[in-house]
Amino acid sequence: MTKLSGGGPLQASGGSARPSGGEAVNGTPYIRPFGNRILIVTGHYGSGKTEFSVSLAMRLAAEGRRQRWRRYPRLALVDLDIVNPYFRSRERIEQLEEAGVRVYGGVYKTEITAELPELAADIRTPLEDKGCRVIIDAGGNDAGAKVLNQFKKYLTSEDAAMLAVVNFNRYETRDIAGAVSQLGAIEDITGLPVRGIVGNTHLLRKTTAETVIGGHLLARALCDKTGRQLWCDCYPQALIPREALRGVSGYLMPLGLYMRPSWLDK
Amino acid sequence: MTEKVLMKGNEAFAEAAIRGGARFYFGYPITPQSEIPEYLSRELPRRGGTFLQAESELGAVNMAYGAAAAGGDVFLSSSSPGIALMQEGMSFLCSSEVPVVILNVSRGGPGIGGIQPGQADYFQATRGGGNGDYKLIVFAPASVQEAIDLIYEAVPLANAWQNPVFILADGILGQMMEPVRLPEPRPFLEEKDIRAKKPWALTGYGGDDSGRRIVKSLRMQPDELEAHVEKLFRKYERAQKELCRYESVGIEDADIVFVAFGTVSRIARESIDLLAAQGIKAGLIRPISLWPFPYAAFDALGKKTKLVISAELSMGQLIEDVKLGVNGRYPVALIHRTGGMLPTSVEVADKARQLYQDIIKG
Repeated sequence: MTKLSGGGPLQASGGSARPSGGEAVNGTPYIRPFGNRILIVTGHYGSGKTEFSVSLAMRLAAEGRRQRWRRYPRLALVDLDIVNPYFRSRERIEQLEEAGVRVYGGVYKTEITAELPELAADIRTPLEDKGCRVIIDAGGNDAGAKVLNQFKKYLTSEDAAMLAVVNFNRYETRDIAGAVSQLGAIEDITGLPVRGIVGNTHLLRKTTAETVIGGHLLARALCDKTGRQLWCDCYPQALIPREALRGVSGYLMPLGLYMRPSWLDK
Repeated sequence: MTEKVLMKGNEAFAEAAIRGGARFYFGYPITPQSEIPEYLSRELPRRGGTFLQAESELGAVNMAYGAAAAGGDVFLSSSSPGIALMQEGMSFLCSSEVPVVILNVSRGGPGIGGIQPGQADYFQATRGGGNGDYKLIVFAPASVQEAIDLIYEAVPLANAWQNPVFILADGILGQMMEPVRLPEPRPFLEEKDIRAKKPWALTGYGGDDSGRRIVKSLRMQPDELEAHVEKLFRKYERAQKELCRYESVGIEDADIVFVAFGTVSRIARESIDLLAAQGIKAGLIRPISLWPFPYAAFDALGKKTKLVISAELSMGQLIEDVKLGVNGRYPVALIHRTGGMLPTSVEVADKARQLYQDIIKG
């Protein structure tokens, strides 16, 4: 077992209910510590749900390996995005499974481009498995989040927490009012409360420290206005050094830009 | 211009059409462009426009024909199989000289094909899939921003040329996110504006002295039809002089010149960097107007060039125009994927290097 350079094991042996998933190996917390087994990631189209979900899964997988979680020895990413035909997290199956993340999605798992609004029956496996931590990457907007309804019996308030990823540079969530209406639409259609906000204000490869800091302030304001918790703010680690974000109070989650092919920015 | 915002291609195309002045949209959902009707069904009524979901693409193009004949600025979008259904309408629009802005967020074919990106509608767009002698004005954006700018411009351009302006994008552009700036919205035309600006439009007989207005494509007398087609072609000839657009990058002293439009041009740019690292200088001609095609761009190629490569998402369609542009001066080769597959920049660079080395060796 790798010796940690800082920060303790996230999950003590014997399955204590200590909040987990909140500390990186270098001891810097990157997300608000949480004890929930299931994290539901929702948000506007293009808010960065999939990028966040994949990054979080890779991070939790690395921690799980190093720290041998007893309570949740298994980790799964459930891709419920059936509204977006391109750029789904299923496209990263190989990389995720290699890291120890089981990926669940459509019946035609490898046929990521099938234009079928279908989901595989085995999606219920990780949801029913009490030893499996699950990240659910829901589809965009209320249209995508609608799919959660059929899995609602697993999404109890003890087990699951729903997050909303917000990018204040998206046209339709460019201000607090837009974000509030987006949260409302997702809550209305799922009947689940959005527990936490993930700030992910970015402009893809044009993202600067100012972008992130500006977004952080708006995310804070959104949380103050709506009584939500800010779980973390994300930043693209390839573009911005962490030191440039000293102005951000709270948890900072580096994102890997797993989903974006480099030529798209040529 | 607004601040930069992050938009999904399809949403941005729809917003650009509204801001360009398109007050009417008729359409039918099809992947990978369904976000366009979704967006417009919500936004157009809010802003005083009309969204109408047709019973099919055939219905949509004919609704567009009617609304545009009455002087409305109309936006129409679909993806490859849906665009195929609209071909008859496009022939009618061109013959009747009725302006409409049409967007194809193209996917793999033939037939119903698949939902991943394709460029195999190149012939359909540039040669015409409908009957008769006609031409669409065709532009191919390579970024979401360029698509916004072209769609925004296409509304007045279609009116000025009294011809459909066709934007050939592909699924990647429709589905990708990009930071963009949106142009200032133009006000929608009111009926009085239409009467003043479109003296041919069917705004009702009377009320002014412009007389009877007729929009038609039927001409039973062959001499009358011939004269009409010749008139259309005088317009197209003028378009060939005035509407050619392209971008060229480092072609003067290039060993290899890629020709690519849309998404593939972005892959080619990365391949150019990869080849440079291997000591091969490559350049790019990126046609922006596909019709009229910028044949003159090839006159700037220099003595150093050994090979011109058409890179495309089809079995070789663009290459025919490339050959016309090259006109025998350089060898022309094809690098392609089809069916919704995208080549990687490494794949393009490797194939280009092999082709180049084969030529050097003779």
